[in-house]
Amino acid sequence: MKTAFEHPVYNYKVVRQFAIMTVVWGIIGMLLGVIIAAQLVWPELNLGLPWTSFGRLRPLHTNAVIFAFGGSALMATSYYVVQRTCQVRLISDKLAAFTFWGWQAVIVSAVITLPLGFTTSKEYAELEWPINILIAVVWISYAIVFLGTIKQRKTAHIYVANWFYAAFILTVAVLHIVNNAAIPVGAFKSYSIYPGAVDAMVQWWWGHNAVGFFLTAGFLGMMYYFVPKQAERPIYSYRLSIVHFWALITTYMWAGAHHLHYTALPDWAQSLGMIMSIILLAPSWGGMINGMMTLSGAWHKLRTDPTLRFLVVALSFYGMSTFEGPMMAVKTVNALSHYTDWTIGHVHSGALGWVAMITIGSMYHLIPRLYGDTDMYSVKLIAVHFWLATIGTVLYIAAMWVNGILQGLMWRAVNADGTLMYTFVEALEASHPGYVVRWIGGLFWVTGMLLMALNVYMTVKRSNAEPQPLPQTA
Amino acid sequence: MDMGTFRGITTLLILIAFLGIVAWAYSKRRRKDFDEAANLPFADEQDDAGHDDRASPDVDARQDRGDRNT
Repeated sequence: MKTAFEHPVYNYKVVRQFAIMTVVWGIIGMLLGVIIAAQLVWPELNLGLPWTSFGRLRPLHTNAVIFAFGGSALMATSYYVVQRTCQVRLISDKLAAFTFWGWQAVIVSAVITLPLGFTTSKEYAELEWPINILIAVVWISYAIVFLGTIKQRKTAHIYVANWFYAAFILTVAVLHIVNNAAIPVGAFKSYSIYPGAVDAMVQWWWGHNAVGFFLTAGFLGMMYYFVPKQAERPIYSYRLSIVHFWALITTYMWAGAHHLHYTALPDWAQSLGMIMSIILLAPSWGGMINGMMTLSGAWHKLRTDPTLRFLVVALSFYGMSTFEGPMMAVKTVNALSHYTDWTIGHVHSGALGWVAMITIGSMYHLIPRLYGDTDMYSVKLIAVHFWLATIGTVLYIAAMWVNGILQGLMWRAVNADGTLMYTFVEALEASHPGYVVRWIGGLFWVTGMLLMALNVYMTVKRSNAEPQPLPQTA
Repeated sequence: MDMGTFRGITTLLILIAFLGIVAWAYSKRRRKDFDEAANLPFADEQDDAGHDDRASPDVDARQDRGDRNT
Protein backbone atom coordinates (compact mmCIF):
# COMPACT_ATOMS: atom_id res chain seq x y z
CA MET A 1 0.00 0.00 0.00
CA LYS A 2 2.64 2.49 1.06
CA THR A 3 4.94 2.01 -1.91
CA ALA A 4 2.33 3.48 -4.26
CA PHE A 5 2.91 6.96 -2.82
CA GLU A 6 6.64 6.86 -2.48
CA HIS A 7 7.99 9.93 -4.21
CA PRO A 8 10.77 9.21 -6.70
CA VAL A 9 13.05 11.84 -5.17
CA TYR A 10 11.76 12.98 -1.80
CA ASN A 11 11.44 11.21 1.54
CA TYR A 12 7.72 11.55 2.24
CA LYS A 13 7.60 8.69 4.74
CA VAL A 14 8.95 10.71 7.66
CA VAL A 15 6.76 13.68 6.67
CA ARG A 16 3.68 11.40 6.72
CA GLN A 17 4.63 10.00 10.13
CA PHE A 18 5.05 13.45 11.66
CA ALA A 19 1.90 14.78 9.93
CA ILE A 20 -0.29 11.99 11.32
CA MET A 21 1.22 12.41 14.80
CA THR A 22 0.50 16.13 14.61
CA VAL A 23 -3.20 15.32 14.46
CA VAL A 24 -2.95 12.65 17.17
CA TRP A 25 -0.98 14.83 19.62
CA GLY A 26 -3.19 17.80 18.77
CA ILE A 27 -6.25 15.89 19.99
CA ILE A 28 -4.48 14.57 23.12
CA GLY A 29 -2.92 17.93 24.02
CA MET A 30 -6.12 19.89 23.53
CA LEU A 31 -8.19 17.28 25.36
CA LEU A 32 -5.81 17.67 28.33
CA GLY A 33 -6.41 21.41 28.08
CA VAL A 34 -10.17 20.87 28.22
CA ILE A 35 -9.77 18.58 31.24
CA ILE A 36 -7.74 21.12 33.24
CA ALA A 37 -10.10 23.92 32.13
CA ALA A 38 -12.96 21.79 33.53
CA GLN A 39 -10.97 21.27 36.75
CA LEU A 40 -10.90 25.04 37.22
CA VAL A 41 -14.70 25.08 36.92
CA TRP A 42 -15.35 21.88 38.93
CA PRO A 43 -12.30 21.28 41.18
CA GLU A 44 -13.58 17.78 42.14
CA LEU A 45 -12.50 16.63 38.67
CA ASN A 46 -8.93 16.29 39.93
CA LEU A 47 -10.35 13.05 41.41
CA GLY A 48 -8.40 13.69 44.61
CA LEU A 49 -5.40 11.88 43.13
CA PRO A 50 -1.90 13.39 42.86
CA TRP A 51 -1.43 12.11 39.29
CA THR A 52 -4.52 13.86 37.97
CA SER A 53 -4.14 17.10 39.91
CA PHE A 54 -4.05 20.42 38.05
CA GLY A 55 -0.42 21.11 38.95
CA ARG A 56 0.74 17.93 37.20
CA LEU A 57 -1.64 17.88 34.24
CA ARG A 58 -1.08 21.53 33.32
CA PRO A 59 2.61 21.07 32.33
CA LEU A 60 1.56 17.88 30.52
CA HIS A 61 -0.95 19.96 28.51
CA THR A 62 1.61 22.65 27.62
CA ASN A 63 4.27 20.10 26.69
CA ALA A 64 1.77 18.10 24.62
CA VAL A 65 0.46 21.05 22.61
CA ILE A 66 3.77 22.90 22.18
CA PHE A 67 6.31 20.13 21.74
CA ALA A 68 4.19 17.15 20.68
CA PHE A 69 1.59 18.86 18.44
CA GLY A 70 3.64 21.93 17.47
CA GLY A 71 6.94 20.04 17.31
CA SER A 72 5.54 17.26 15.08
CA ALA A 73 3.95 19.88 12.81
CA LEU A 74 7.22 21.80 12.52
CA MET A 75 9.21 18.67 11.76
CA ALA A 76 6.65 17.42 9.21
CA THR A 77 6.46 20.72 7.35
CA SER A 78 10.17 21.58 7.59
CA TYR A 79 11.14 18.20 6.11
CA TYR A 80 8.57 18.68 3.34
CA VAL A 81 9.43 22.30 2.57
CA VAL A 82 13.20 21.82 2.62
CA GLN A 83 12.97 18.92 0.16
CA ARG A 84 10.58 20.68 -2.21
CA THR A 85 12.29 24.06 -2.26
CA CYS A 86 15.81 22.60 -2.42
CA GLN A 87 14.66 19.91 -4.86
CA VAL A 88 16.67 17.23 -3.15
CA ARG A 89 15.99 14.27 -0.84
CA LEU A 90 16.72 14.52 2.89
CA ILE A 91 20.40 13.94 3.50
CA SER A 92 19.77 10.77 5.56
CA ASP A 93 16.64 8.64 5.78
CA LYS A 94 17.97 6.82 8.83
CA LEU A 95 18.74 9.99 10.78
CA ALA A 96 15.35 11.41 9.78
CA ALA A 97 13.67 8.23 11.08
CA PHE A 98 15.70 8.60 14.29
CA THR A 99 14.36 12.16 14.76
CA PHE A 100 10.81 10.83 14.41
CA TRP A 101 11.13 7.94 16.85
CA GLY A 102 13.38 9.95 19.18
CA TRP A 103 10.91 12.82 19.34
CA GLN A 104 8.00 10.45 20.01
CA ALA A 105 10.08 8.83 22.79
CA VAL A 106 10.61 12.27 24.34
CA ILE A 107 6.86 12.90 24.31
CA VAL A 108 6.00 9.50 25.76
CA SER A 109 8.57 10.13 28.53
CA ALA A 110 6.82 13.43 29.27
CA VAL A 111 3.45 11.67 29.40
CA ILE A 112 4.88 9.24 31.98
CA THR A 113 7.10 11.48 34.13
CA LEU A 114 5.01 14.66 34.44
CA PRO A 115 1.93 13.02 36.05
CA LEU A 116 4.34 11.16 38.38
CA GLY A 117 5.55 14.55 39.57
CA PHE A 118 9.09 14.56 38.15
CA THR A 119 9.69 18.18 37.21
CA THR A 120 12.41 20.82 37.16
CA SER A 121 9.63 23.38 37.80
CA LYS A 122 10.94 25.53 34.91
CA GLU A 123 8.00 26.53 32.73
CA TYR A 124 8.05 24.91 29.26
CA ALA A 125 11.24 23.12 30.39
CA GLU A 126 9.73 20.89 33.07
CA LEU A 127 11.26 17.64 31.85
CA GLU A 128 14.04 16.20 33.99
CA TRP A 129 17.66 15.77 32.96
CA PRO A 130 17.69 12.30 31.34
CA ILE A 131 14.89 13.39 28.98
CA ASN A 132 16.67 16.70 28.36
CA ILE A 133 19.73 14.82 27.15
CA LEU A 134 17.54 12.79 24.77
CA ILE A 135 15.94 16.03 23.52
CA ALA A 136 19.39 17.51 22.85
CA VAL A 137 20.49 14.42 20.89
CA VAL A 138 17.29 14.31 18.81
CA TRP A 139 17.39 18.05 18.21
CA ILE A 140 21.01 18.03 17.02
CA SER A 141 20.14 15.14 14.66
CA TYR A 142 17.22 17.21 13.38
CA ALA A 143 19.61 20.14 12.77
CA ILE A 144 21.99 17.84 10.88
CA VAL A 145 19.20 16.44 8.66
CA PHE A 146 17.72 19.87 7.93
CA LEU A 147 20.92 21.87 7.41
CA GLY A 148 22.62 18.96 5.60
CA THR A 149 19.71 18.85 3.16
CA ILE A 150 20.01 22.60 2.51
CA LYS A 151 23.74 22.19 1.95
CA GLN A 152 23.26 19.72 -0.92
CA ARG A 153 20.37 21.63 -2.54
CA LYS A 154 19.90 21.63 -6.31
CA THR A 155 18.57 25.20 -6.41
CA ALA A 156 20.65 28.39 -6.40
CA HIS A 157 18.78 30.06 -3.55
CA ILE A 158 17.74 29.06 -0.06
CA TYR A 159 14.02 29.87 0.07
CA VAL A 160 13.06 32.21 2.93
CA ALA A 161 10.93 29.56 4.67
CA ASN A 162 14.11 27.53 5.18
CA TRP A 163 15.84 30.52 6.77
CA PHE A 164 13.09 30.71 9.36
CA TYR A 165 13.15 26.94 9.98
CA ALA A 166 16.95 26.99 10.28
CA ALA A 167 16.90 29.89 12.76
CA PHE A 168 14.25 28.06 14.78
CA ILE A 169 16.24 24.81 14.87
CA LEU A 170 19.59 26.38 15.76
CA THR A 171 18.23 28.78 18.37
CA VAL A 172 16.12 26.16 20.12
CA ALA A 173 19.21 23.92 20.34
CA VAL A 174 21.21 26.68 22.05
CA LEU A 175 18.34 27.75 24.32
CA HIS A 176 17.50 24.21 25.39
CA ILE A 177 21.08 23.28 26.25
CA VAL A 178 21.86 26.51 28.13
CA ASN A 179 18.59 26.64 30.08
CA ASN A 180 18.71 22.99 31.13
CA ALA A 181 22.29 23.04 32.37
CA ALA A 182 21.81 21.33 35.74
CA ILE A 183 23.51 19.15 38.31
CA PRO A 184 21.78 15.74 38.64
CA VAL A 185 21.32 14.50 42.20
CA GLY A 186 19.23 11.45 41.37
CA ALA A 187 17.73 9.55 38.46
CA PHE A 188 14.94 12.11 38.08
CA LYS A 189 16.09 15.06 40.17
CA SER A 190 18.46 17.88 39.29
CA TYR A 191 19.25 21.43 40.32
CA SER A 192 19.85 24.28 37.89
CA ILE A 193 23.45 25.52 37.82
CA TYR A 194 22.20 29.13 37.87
CA PRO A 195 21.44 30.89 41.16
CA GLY A 196 18.44 33.05 42.06
CA ALA A 197 17.59 35.94 39.75
CA VAL A 198 20.09 34.70 37.14
CA ASP A 199 18.19 31.40 36.99
CA ALA A 200 14.95 33.34 36.50
CA MET A 201 16.49 35.40 33.70
CA VAL A 202 17.94 32.33 31.94
CA GLN A 203 14.60 30.56 32.34
CA TRP A 204 12.65 33.42 30.69
CA TRP A 205 15.33 33.97 28.09
CA TRP A 206 14.44 30.38 27.17
CA GLY A 207 10.73 30.79 27.91
CA HIS A 208 10.16 33.78 25.69
CA ASN A 209 12.33 32.41 22.92
CA ALA A 210 10.33 29.19 23.06
CA VAL A 211 7.55 31.55 21.99
CA GLY A 212 9.77 33.58 19.64
CA PHE A 213 11.61 30.81 17.88
CA PHE A 214 9.64 27.61 18.44
CA LEU A 215 6.13 29.09 18.16
CA THR A 216 6.92 32.04 15.89
CA ALA A 217 9.98 31.65 13.66
CA GLY A 218 9.24 27.97 12.98
CA PHE A 219 5.60 28.64 12.15
CA LEU A 220 6.57 31.66 10.03
CA GLY A 221 8.61 29.20 7.98
CA MET A 222 5.36 27.27 7.53
CA MET A 223 3.55 30.50 6.61
CA TYR A 224 6.13 31.49 3.97
CA TYR A 225 5.63 28.20 2.13
CA PHE A 226 2.00 27.21 2.62
CA VAL A 227 0.35 30.64 2.22
CA PRO A 228 1.91 31.21 -1.24
CA LYS A 229 1.18 27.59 -2.21
CA GLN A 230 -2.45 27.62 -1.18
CA ALA A 231 -3.01 31.13 -2.64
CA GLU A 232 -1.13 30.00 -5.80
CA ARG A 233 0.99 33.13 -6.00
CA PRO A 234 4.46 34.01 -4.72
CA ILE A 235 4.94 35.86 -1.46
CA TYR A 236 3.94 39.56 -1.66
CA SER A 237 7.46 40.87 -1.15
CA TYR A 238 10.51 38.67 -0.96
CA ARG A 239 12.59 41.71 0.02
CA LEU A 240 10.32 42.43 2.96
CA SER A 241 10.68 38.80 4.02
CA ILE A 242 14.46 39.25 4.26
CA VAL A 243 14.19 42.40 6.37
CA HIS A 244 11.47 40.61 8.38
CA PHE A 245 13.77 37.66 9.05
CA TRP A 246 16.82 39.58 10.26
CA ALA A 247 14.82 42.12 12.28
CA LEU A 248 12.72 39.43 13.96
CA ILE A 249 15.54 37.11 14.99
CA THR A 250 17.78 39.91 16.31
CA THR A 251 15.00 41.48 18.38
CA TYR A 252 13.26 38.41 19.86
CA MET A 253 16.41 37.34 21.73
CA TRP A 254 16.15 40.31 24.12
CA ALA A 255 12.47 40.34 25.05
CA GLY A 256 12.38 37.61 27.75
CA ALA A 257 12.86 39.97 30.70
CA HIS A 258 9.28 41.23 30.29
CA HIS A 259 8.17 38.04 32.07
CA LEU A 260 9.97 39.32 35.18
CA HIS A 261 8.62 42.85 35.60
CA TYR A 262 8.62 44.05 39.22
CA THR A 263 10.70 41.11 40.42
CA ALA A 264 14.24 40.83 41.82
CA LEU A 265 15.59 41.21 38.27
CA PRO A 266 17.60 44.48 37.94
CA ASP A 267 15.46 47.37 36.78
CA TRP A 268 17.58 48.08 33.70
CA ALA A 269 17.06 44.49 32.51
CA GLN A 270 13.29 44.86 32.93
CA SER A 271 13.30 48.11 30.94
CA LEU A 272 15.45 46.55 28.22
CA GLY A 273 12.98 43.66 27.96
CA MET A 274 10.11 46.14 27.71
CA ILE A 275 11.73 48.28 24.99
CA MET A 276 12.78 45.27 22.91
CA SER A 277 9.24 43.88 23.18
CA ILE A 278 7.81 47.14 21.86
CA ILE A 279 10.30 47.19 18.97
CA LEU A 280 9.18 43.62 18.14
CA LEU A 281 5.85 44.96 16.93
CA ALA A 282 7.54 46.24 13.76
CA PRO A 283 9.05 43.00 12.40
CA SER A 284 6.02 40.99 13.56
CA TRP A 285 3.61 43.17 11.63
CA GLY A 286 6.01 43.28 8.68
CA GLY A 287 5.67 39.51 8.44
CA MET A 288 1.93 39.53 8.96
CA ILE A 289 1.41 42.16 6.25
CA ASN A 290 3.67 40.20 3.91
CA GLY A 291 1.55 37.08 4.37
CA MET A 292 -1.78 38.90 4.09
CA MET A 293 -0.80 40.88 0.99
CA THR A 294 0.13 37.63 -0.75
CA LEU A 295 -3.61 37.22 -1.19
CA SER A 296 -3.78 40.47 -3.11
CA GLY A 297 -5.80 39.61 -6.20
CA ALA A 298 -6.86 36.27 -4.73
CA TRP A 299 -9.18 37.34 -1.94
CA HIS A 300 -12.09 35.67 -3.72
CA LYS A 301 -10.46 32.30 -3.01
CA LEU A 302 -11.38 32.72 0.65
CA ARG A 303 -15.02 32.17 -0.29
CA THR A 304 -14.45 28.67 -1.57
CA ASP A 305 -11.26 27.54 0.13
CA PRO A 306 -11.51 26.90 3.90
CA THR A 307 -7.85 25.80 4.01
CA LEU A 308 -6.79 29.27 2.86
CA ARG A 309 -9.22 30.71 5.40
CA PHE A 310 -7.36 28.86 8.17
CA LEU A 311 -4.06 30.31 6.96
CA VAL A 312 -5.35 33.88 6.66
CA VAL A 313 -7.22 33.91 9.98
CA ALA A 314 -4.03 32.52 11.56
CA LEU A 315 -2.22 35.60 10.25
CA SER A 316 -4.95 37.86 11.67
CA PHE A 317 -4.56 36.29 15.10
CA TYR A 318 -0.79 36.57 14.71
CA GLY A 319 -1.15 40.30 14.09
CA MET A 320 -3.49 40.64 17.05
CA SER A 321 -1.28 38.69 19.48
CA THR A 322 1.86 40.52 18.41
CA PHE A 323 0.12 43.82 19.13
CA GLU A 324 -1.21 42.60 22.46
CA GLY A 325 2.17 41.17 23.52
CA PRO A 326 4.21 44.39 23.26
CA MET A 327 1.37 46.25 24.97
CA MET A 328 1.38 43.78 27.88
CA ALA A 329 5.18 44.09 28.10
CA VAL A 330 4.84 47.79 28.99
CA LYS A 331 5.49 47.85 32.73
CA THR A 332 2.40 49.88 33.65
CA VAL A 333 0.09 47.58 31.64
CA ASN A 334 1.91 44.56 33.05
CA ALA A 335 1.19 45.82 36.57
CA LEU A 336 -2.47 45.14 35.78
CA SER A 337 -2.17 42.07 33.54
CA HIS A 338 0.59 39.99 35.12
CA TYR A 339 -0.38 36.80 37.01
CA THR A 340 -3.99 37.20 35.78
CA ASP A 341 -5.93 35.20 33.19
CA TRP A 342 -5.17 37.92 30.63
CA THR A 343 -1.76 36.26 30.19
CA ILE A 344 -3.43 32.89 29.58
CA GLY A 345 -5.77 34.55 27.07
CA HIS A 346 -2.82 36.17 25.28
CA VAL A 347 -0.94 32.87 25.09
CA HIS A 348 -3.98 31.12 23.61
CA SER A 349 -4.69 33.90 21.13
CA GLY A 350 -1.21 33.06 19.84
CA ALA A 351 -1.33 29.30 20.44
CA LEU A 352 -4.83 28.57 19.10
CA GLY A 353 -5.31 31.53 16.76
CA TRP A 354 -1.85 31.61 15.22
CA VAL A 355 0.08 28.38 15.84
CA ALA A 356 -2.75 25.85 15.68
CA MET A 357 -4.59 27.54 12.79
CA ILE A 358 -1.50 27.93 10.60
CA THR A 359 -0.66 24.30 11.40
CA ILE A 360 -4.13 23.03 10.55
CA GLY A 361 -4.22 25.05 7.32
CA SER A 362 -0.80 23.69 6.36
CA MET A 363 -1.85 20.11 7.23
CA TYR A 364 -4.97 20.36 5.05
CA HIS A 365 -2.67 21.39 2.18
CA LEU A 366 0.03 18.85 3.00
CA ILE A 367 -1.75 15.64 3.99
CA PRO A 368 -3.61 14.97 0.72
CA ARG A 369 -0.38 15.64 -1.21
CA LEU A 370 1.44 13.05 0.89
CA TYR A 371 -1.18 10.52 -0.15
CA GLY A 372 -1.15 11.20 -3.88
CA ASP A 373 -3.97 13.73 -4.13
CA THR A 374 -4.52 17.48 -3.86
CA ASP A 375 -7.73 17.69 -1.86
CA MET A 376 -8.87 16.38 1.47
CA TYR A 377 -11.69 13.82 1.57
CA SER A 378 -14.21 16.50 2.53
CA VAL A 379 -13.80 20.25 1.97
CA LYS A 380 -17.09 20.81 3.82
CA LEU A 381 -15.62 19.24 6.96
CA ILE A 382 -12.67 21.65 6.71
CA ALA A 383 -15.16 24.53 6.61
CA VAL A 384 -16.95 23.19 9.70
CA HIS A 385 -13.60 22.75 11.44
CA PHE A 386 -12.70 26.33 10.54
CA TRP A 387 -15.78 27.75 12.22
CA LEU A 388 -15.43 25.53 15.29
CA ALA A 389 -11.81 26.66 15.68
CA THR A 390 -12.59 30.34 15.15
CA ILE A 391 -15.57 30.42 17.53
CA GLY A 392 -13.61 28.36 20.08
CA THR A 393 -10.69 30.79 19.99
CA VAL A 394 -12.89 33.87 20.30
CA LEU A 395 -14.80 32.36 23.25
CA TYR A 396 -11.53 31.43 24.92
CA ILE A 397 -9.72 34.75 24.59
CA ALA A 398 -12.78 36.93 25.28
CA ALA A 399 -13.42 35.00 28.53
CA MET A 400 -9.79 35.39 29.57
CA TRP A 401 -9.72 39.13 28.76
CA VAL A 402 -12.74 39.69 30.97
CA ASN A 403 -11.34 37.48 33.74
CA GLY A 404 -7.87 38.99 33.52
CA ILE A 405 -8.94 42.62 33.76
CA LEU A 406 -11.43 41.73 36.47
CA GLN A 407 -8.75 39.94 38.52
CA GLY A 408 -6.18 42.69 37.96
CA LEU A 409 -8.59 45.39 39.10
CA MET A 410 -9.89 43.41 42.09
CA TRP A 411 -6.41 42.43 43.30
CA ARG A 412 -5.12 45.97 43.43
CA ALA A 413 -8.28 47.75 44.65
CA VAL A 414 -7.54 49.27 48.05
CA ASN A 415 -9.72 50.86 50.71
CA ALA A 416 -9.13 54.39 51.99
CA ASP A 417 -7.08 52.98 54.89
CA GLY A 418 -4.78 51.09 52.51
CA THR A 419 -6.14 47.59 53.15
CA LEU A 420 -7.12 45.34 50.24
CA MET A 421 -10.73 45.74 49.13
CA TYR A 422 -11.16 42.10 48.06
CA THR A 423 -9.80 38.78 49.26
CA PHE A 424 -8.21 36.48 46.67
CA VAL A 425 -11.13 34.08 46.92
CA GLU A 426 -13.58 36.83 45.99
CA ALA A 427 -11.64 37.43 42.75
CA LEU A 428 -11.62 33.68 42.13
CA GLU A 429 -15.39 33.44 42.60
CA ALA A 430 -15.90 36.34 40.20
CA SER A 431 -13.80 34.45 37.62
CA HIS A 432 -16.08 31.41 37.64
CA PRO A 433 -18.32 32.37 34.65
CA GLY A 434 -15.21 33.10 32.56
CA TYR A 435 -13.84 29.65 33.33
CA VAL A 436 -17.07 28.05 32.09
CA VAL A 437 -16.89 30.01 28.81
CA ARG A 438 -13.21 29.12 28.39
CA TRP A 439 -14.04 25.42 28.87
CA ILE A 440 -16.77 25.67 26.20
CA GLY A 441 -14.26 27.32 23.84
CA GLY A 442 -11.93 24.39 24.45
CA LEU A 443 -14.71 21.91 23.67
CA PHE A 444 -15.24 23.65 20.30
CA TRP A 445 -11.55 23.17 19.58
CA VAL A 446 -11.43 19.48 20.48
CA THR A 447 -14.57 18.81 18.43
CA GLY A 448 -12.89 20.49 15.44
CA MET A 449 -9.77 18.40 15.90
CA LEU A 450 -11.85 15.19 16.00
CA LEU A 451 -13.47 16.20 12.69
CA MET A 452 -9.97 16.78 11.33
CA ALA A 453 -8.94 13.29 12.44
CA LEU A 454 -11.98 11.83 10.66
CA ASN A 455 -11.18 13.81 7.52
CA VAL A 456 -7.53 12.72 7.60
CA TYR A 457 -8.53 9.09 8.19
CA MET A 458 -10.92 9.15 5.20
CA THR A 459 -8.28 10.85 3.02
CA VAL A 460 -5.73 8.15 3.83
CA LYS A 461 -8.31 5.40 3.39
CA ARG A 462 -9.40 6.78 0.01
CA SER A 463 -5.83 6.84 -1.24
CA ASN A 464 -5.33 3.24 -0.10
CA ALA A 465 -8.40 2.19 -2.07
CA GLU A 466 -7.31 3.76 -5.35
CA PRO A 467 -3.59 4.35 -5.40
CA GLN A 468 -2.53 7.13 -7.73
CA PRO A 469 1.20 6.88 -8.26
CA LEU A 470 2.93 10.22 -8.65
CA PRO A 471 4.34 11.09 -12.09
CA GLN A 472 8.03 10.28 -12.34
CA THR A 473 9.17 13.70 -13.54
CA ALA A 474 11.27 15.23 -10.80
CA MET B 1 34.80 55.04 27.44
CA ASP B 2 31.85 55.53 29.78
CA MET B 3 28.69 53.41 29.61
CA GLY B 4 26.63 56.16 27.91
CA THR B 5 29.07 56.48 24.99
CA PHE B 6 29.27 52.69 24.65
CA ARG B 7 25.48 52.38 24.47
CA GLY B 8 25.30 55.25 21.97
CA ILE B 9 27.85 53.55 19.72
CA THR B 10 26.14 50.14 19.86
CA THR B 11 22.78 51.74 19.05
CA LEU B 12 24.37 53.49 16.07
CA LEU B 13 26.04 50.26 14.88
CA ILE B 14 22.76 48.35 15.07
CA LEU B 15 20.98 51.14 13.17
CA ILE B 16 23.66 51.01 10.46
CA ALA B 17 23.35 47.20 10.27
CA PHE B 18 19.58 47.48 9.89
CA LEU B 19 19.81 50.15 7.19
CA GLY B 20 22.46 48.02 5.48
CA ILE B 21 20.13 45.01 5.38
CA VAL B 22 17.28 47.16 4.02
CA ALA B 23 19.55 48.73 1.36
CA TRP B 24 20.84 45.30 0.34
CA ALA B 25 17.38 43.70 0.24
CA TYR B 26 15.88 46.55 -1.79
CA SER B 27 18.84 47.13 -4.15
CA LYS B 28 18.09 46.84 -7.89
CA ARG B 29 20.88 44.31 -8.41
CA ARG B 30 19.25 41.77 -6.09
CA ARG B 31 15.86 42.01 -7.78
CA LYS B 32 16.26 39.17 -10.26
CA ASP B 33 17.66 36.78 -7.67
CA PHE B 34 14.88 37.48 -5.23
CA ASP B 35 12.19 37.04 -7.87
CA GLU B 36 13.67 33.66 -8.68
CA ALA B 37 13.82 32.74 -5.00
CA ALA B 38 10.23 33.87 -4.43
CA ASN B 39 9.10 31.37 -7.08
CA LEU B 40 10.91 28.38 -5.56
CA PRO B 41 7.73 26.95 -3.96
CA PHE B 42 6.34 26.59 -7.50
CA ALA B 43 9.53 25.46 -9.19
CA ASP B 44 8.92 21.72 -8.71
CA GLU B 45 5.22 21.89 -9.40
CA GLN B 46 5.22 19.43 -12.29
CA ASP B 47 5.12 16.57 -9.77
CA ASP B 48 2.28 18.14 -7.84
CA ALA B 49 -0.80 16.54 -9.38
CA GLY B 50 -3.55 18.95 -10.37
CA HIS B 51 -1.44 22.09 -10.13
CA ASP B 52 0.36 22.00 -13.45
CA ASP B 53 -1.51 25.02 -14.88
CA ARG B 54 1.40 27.25 -13.90
CA ALA B 55 3.71 26.24 -16.70
CA SER B 56 6.77 28.29 -15.81
CA PRO B 57 7.53 30.65 -13.00
CA ASP B 58 6.85 34.10 -14.39
CA VAL B 59 9.52 36.38 -13.01
CA ASP B 60 7.59 39.61 -13.37
CA ALA B 61 4.24 38.15 -12.34
CA ARG B 62 4.16 40.32 -9.23
CA GLN B 63 4.00 43.49 -11.33
CA ASP B 64 1.00 42.65 -13.49
CA ARG B 65 -0.99 41.33 -10.60
CA GLY B 66 -2.97 44.14 -9.07
CA ASP B 67 -5.75 43.54 -6.62
CA ARG B 68 -8.70 42.77 -8.86
CA ASN B 69 -10.98 42.13 -5.98
CA THR B 70 -12.62 45.57 -6.01
